[in-house]
Amino acid sequence: MNSIKLTIPSISDYVGVARLTASGIANRMKFTHEDIEDIKIAVSEACTNSVQYAYGDSPGDIEISFNIYDDKLEIRISDSGKGFDIDAEVKTKEDDPEKIGLGLGIVFMRSLMDHVDYETSANGTVVTLVKKVSL
Amino acid sequence: MVLDLNVSIRENKSIPVIDLEGEIDVYTYPKLSDALQYVFETYPNAKDLIVNLDRIRYIDSTGLGVIANGANQIKKINNGYINITNATPQIKKIFDVSGLISANFKIFDNEDDAVSSLSK
Repeated sequence: MNSIKLTIPSISDYVGVARLTASGIANRMKFTHEDIEDIKIAVSEACTNSVQYAYGDSPGDIEISFNIYDDKLEIRISDSGKGFDIDAEVKTKEDDPEKIGLGLGIVFMRSLMDHVDYETSANGTVVTLVKKVSL
Repeated sequence: MVLDLNVSIRENKSIPVIDLEGEIDVYTYPKLSDALQYVFETYPNAKDLIVNLDRIRYIDSTGLGVIANGANQIKKINNGYINITNATPQIKKIFDVSGLISANFKIFDNEDDAVSSLSK
């Protein structure tokens, strides 16, 4: 397994950098164009959640590990922020149009990837995304 | 590859059209939000608004959230609609997955189809 690590500040300017990196790695692994687009969105959504909710007004780091297997790409996106209850956040904000992105972000990750795992605590959040290479 | 978002506004047969180029994400979505507010203020009686995604190659939940918010606004103000044109298959897929295509939200293959339908 090869691994590529990227650290970005938790500010919106750099989410596109994470997305482009994911695209480059997925392209090298010969994912289909559609799968690459799915991976880009899922990575963006996970990073966006960290940007918007992890650190409040004092940005920290978002660490992204791209773990490359023969048959799948595993991406771990982690922050050391305050963490949050994802289901509670979605429920309390679902009537607020400005916050619709959060609920949709989770929907996109779960719909577009083969596996999504979400661990959150007072010490931070780790999102694990897995996309299998189509044979 | 354009990592930013360029926005311009014009009319087609009196229907306001927002042309977008680039990517819509957590960094760029305020430009789209500002453009929608500008159109709502400049065309206070408009029942339809076209958002042209011809040169958009990426949109995520933040962009869809802004468009959905705009659709809610124009529905409340004028019982109107936001009409999406020229979405790529991938972007149509995202709209489908979102479940946001609703009574105040329409998707057309291209602008001519939208304008001819909306002008009837």
